Amino acid sequence: MPRVSFTRNLQRHINCPEIAVDGETLREALENAFSEYPGLRGYILNDQGGLHKHMAVIVNGEATLDRERLAQPVQPQDEIYVMQALSGG
Amino acid sequence: MNPKLLIATRKGLFSISPSNGAVDTTDFLGDPVSIAMFDARTGFYFAALKHGHYGVKLHRTQTLGGEWEEVDPPAYPPFPEGREPDRCPMRGIEIPWQLEQIWALVPGGEDQPGRLWCGTIPGGLFKSDDNGENWTLVESLWNKPERHKWMGGGYDYPGIHSICVDPRDSKRVTIAVSCGGVWQTEDDGASWNQVGHGLRFDYAEGDEAYDPVSQDPHYMVQCRDQPDNYWIQHHNGIFKSTDGAKTFTEINEAGPSVFGFGVAVHPQDPNTAWFAPAIKDEQRIPVNGELVVTRTRDGGNRFDVLKNGLPQEHAYDLVYRHGLAIDSTGDQLAFGSTTGSLWATADQGDQWTTLSSTLPPIYSVGFVE
Repeated sequence: MPRVSFTRNLQRHINCPEIAVDGETLREALENAFSEYPGLRGYILNDQGGLHKHMAVIVNGEATLDRERLAQPVQPQDEIYVMQALSGG
Repeated sequence: MNPKLLIATRKGLFSISPSNGAVDTTDFLGDPVSIAMFDARTGFYFAALKHGHYGVKLHRTQTLGGEWEEVDPPAYPPFPEGREPDRCPMRGIEIPWQLEQIWALVPGGEDQPGRLWCGTIPGGLFKSDDNGENWTLVESLWNKPERHKWMGGGYDYPGIHSICVDPRDSKRVTIAVSCGGVWQTEDDGASWNQVGHGLRFDYAEGDEAYDPVSQDPHYMVQCRDQPDNYWIQHHNGIFKSTDGAKTFTEINEAGPSVFGFGVAVHPQDPNTAWFAPAIKDEQRIPVNGELVVTRTRDGGNRFDVLKNGLPQEHAYDLVYRHGLAIDSTGDQLAFGSTTGSLWATADQGDQWTTLSSTLPPIYSVGFVE
């Protein structure tokens, strides 16, 4: 199962430790994580379901550029890291 | 309850005594609070946050300084498939179809328990009938063809910052848009008409200068007890209406400047109003570095320049549109500035007291009574 972890700065708002989730795409994996952590979705995605402007998602060390659809396939061994982009602080 | 001031700032929410400046409570320390509101009907406080990374959030509580409940903020409906994005008529940039900022948060009428109105950037108006738990986009306004003429003013995208619910009839709601002029519903938001005729846009000439949809009202207030009377601090000056916001007339002289953002009207006397002037649009600082408030008592013919207790040299405070507030008696006012200073008066502005000069940049000031 892909593992999803979140920037420590998010923990101030939502308790969301690293989690292993099902999912064949990045969106599926994230949505499954959101269902475990109520309230988390709005801290990462905007109301249209895309990544917030100043958030980034790294899959195995590479930033996803498909920020609206998040349709990138993910594999069971993948590491997904949700972090703040360096912009926008 | 002793009145207190609810101060939303770039780095937290504070409640402060207007008499001595004591800070009673601190919430959301370090986080940008774009606006805060107290709903006297229910005792709920609301705080809208605009995180740099995590988007717009809405919280509510009935106890400042304690636990807050996060509720879902207004959300734009899914972008319709196949639709072309909205674009700024002036610059052609795409206007996002998503919540960028909560810019106005106002209780509905006394006869509408749970009703809240919320104005946002990029221009959507939302309403809730359950104290903010669920929000609905007011599509009748969002779908107006004229909305495509709305554009950004100080912000990149258009936004609704002023919402006036008529005390005589809660179904009559008047809003002001930067930039999009003044709009009014008589049927609780089912339909909307452009009002605000007579407002003048300095950058155009002839009839175009009076195009009601091109106007940039910075802030609009309505007199509680004589609600046909409105005041607007506009990008190009000061305007007042005595016919329910249908038409406005321009005030050409008001002390050091007619430019500014904030305006307050006396709740009983529509001819008494206060403003916080700055030099002009491209120099948003007090004239000569002297911070003053201007006050008219005769509907704008004459203005007092109030400076007792305010810094008169090297003061570069700017007062944002939600940064000047008046209480329900019309005697107490308070205002906060972009440089984190806060002043209050108990005598309609004849004498001001410095409550703080070390707060974060102040976005909104409100009396809690």
